[in-house]
Amino acid sequence: MTLARRRRLVERVMFALSVGCMATALSVLFFLLGYITYQGISSLSLSFFTNLPAPVGEAGGGMANALLGSLKLLIAAACLGIPVGFLGGVYLAEYGGGKLGFLVRYAADVLNGVPSIVIGITVYALVVRPIGHFSTLAGGVALGLMIIPVALRSTEEFLRLVPASLREAAIALGAPRWVVIVRVVIPAGMRGIATGLVLALARVAGETAPLLFTAFNNRYWSEGWTQPTASLPVMIFTYAIAPYQDWHDQAWAAGLVLLALVLGANLIARFVLRRGGPIQGRA
Amino acid sequence: MEVVRAPRLRIPVPSRVVAPVPSSTPVRGAGVAVSSAARLRRRIGDFGFRATALGFALSVFVITGLIALSLVRTSWRSVVTFGWSFLWTSTWDPVFEHFGALPFIYGTLMSSAIALLFAVPIGVGAAICLAELLPQRLADPLTFLVELLVAVPSVIYGLVGVFVLVPVVRTLGNAAQPLIGFLPIFRGPVYGVGLLTAGIVLAVMIVPFVISISREVLLAVPQTQRDAALALGATRWETIQGVVLPFARSGIFGAVFLALARALGETMAVTMVIGNRPEIAASLFAPAYTMPAVLANEFAEATSDVYLAALMEIGLVLFCITVIINGVARLLVMNVQRNTAGAAE
Repeated sequence: MTLARRRRLVERVMFALSVGCMATALSVLFFLLGYITYQGISSLSLSFFTNLPAPVGEAGGGMANALLGSLKLLIAAACLGIPVGFLGGVYLAEYGGGKLGFLVRYAADVLNGVPSIVIGITVYALVVRPIGHFSTLAGGVALGLMIIPVALRSTEEFLRLVPASLREAAIALGAPRWVVIVRVVIPAGMRGIATGLVLALARVAGETAPLLFTAFNNRYWSEGWTQPTASLPVMIFTYAIAPYQDWHDQAWAAGLVLLALVLGANLIARFVLRRGGPIQGRA
Repeated sequence: MEVVRAPRLRIPVPSRVVAPVPSSTPVRGAGVAVSSAARLRRRIGDFGFRATALGFALSVFVITGLIALSLVRTSWRSVVTFGWSFLWTSTWDPVFEHFGALPFIYGTLMSSAIALLFAVPIGVGAAICLAELLPQRLADPLTFLVELLVAVPSVIYGLVGVFVLVPVVRTLGNAAQPLIGFLPIFRGPVYGVGLLTAGIVLAVMIVPFVISISREVLLAVPQTQRDAALALGATRWETIQGVVLPFARSGIFGAVFLALARALGETMAVTMVIGNRPEIAASLFAPAYTMPAVLANEFAEATSDVYLAALMEIGLVLFCITVIINGVARLLVMNVQRNTAGAAE
């Protein structure tokens, strides 16, 4: 074999391997989607969305309380995480050029990497223990803490996309810096920022570990904000490791619903970004 | 477009069109000509806004510090009682309150190592495919799909792991054992749950992550580098191997470290498939236990103070490990971005 032919052969082999890697990764995705849909759809029914969990062996149970619980947890998390992350992101984008900005950015990235279970036990020590019991609020705090670094970095990223000429024009008209930011820069970047926040919420919506010792679980409706609550991810976990077939079926149904919600939010967010562009008035 | 013309009439042509502003008349816009009271007010407004935003930005430090502090405080009893031996003794006995975290540290490190073993080659290979081989029309939607995989919640991976992967590993493991069982790493009964299964689930979870970051790093390599190598007669693969990958090396390392940090802290999927037995066995088929998994399983039933403190200390160890690894990884990725910016100029 001549050298040239060998080099070409090596190239072909390596490229084939690389395409093979890609195909492997994608086939996992399609298998996952297909299998969960297949398993979940057979145990999904209207009662899943309207009923409380039924005792083992009894048909017709649902996860209505877990659906509502997840929603409440997300609302609580959004109330904590979004304002902090959003304003922190505004600081980084508008004032964060110096050393302090670098440090905040770095700390946010590190906080983002803290395992979710560690967040869970910390919130247990800081919130659950002093209060004395598990609650929706504590779960919301745990999820909210996880939103902050994500919301912060995505807000910063989208504000940076706002062209400097817009800021300069507003400043040239004599507007104070903060008015420029609030009235011009933030509205211009709002579409991107909102998408980023939706993605951050979608991310924590599937988190299980931080809820185990904060929101805990509940077989019934959770009233108010100070009682333990069921949530979709924790339900999936509890039902999947239990030894009962009908609970497994329910876990698949819940898995399908959770996956549909999370991937749906991702699809919509990315679609909005792609169609309109992150910045208002620019494609 | 800028048109350079020869100067006629000996008037120098400005290189850029600038609106002529007679320097004698000051620019007086509505907002600029303000009284000193209004100026004070706007200065207060500016200052107040900046301070508020700064406060929220600084909360990131406060939260990180609070997490560290509360972990140290609640685990202090265990830290004092067991000292450093906590990290290298392997008795985990809640009844006699003797705690050593070695089995969990071992399980965490081993399962993550197995995950990296699978995930790094596949991830980098796929990233090369996306960034270097495929035309953008094809690569963009595929990247989109890969990024969807990142969004899949970990409990879903656990669900599929329990009901699909565990039986598969059990069947294949039992079938293959007569052939490979003489090796210590494949010895012993195959339950299906165990270190290998956990490693595979973790690998599946972190592959999209490796692909997505590596792809970004590869795309950041300046095109001139590739052009130069191709012009010297290198094949496309030789260009990738000899020029693109070395250029992107530290960024890819960063991607691997970030994936590692994720794998180390992953809780739900691992808890569901690793078998949860605090023993150190050479066999990959043997059940094991990881730090996040022991927290998930035993935290709620920790009755005594020492038990709770020991679990908190595991959390503290996990926190320290991931903070260090994330810190290093971020620096590596940042380094590449800076280098690239320098080389592109």
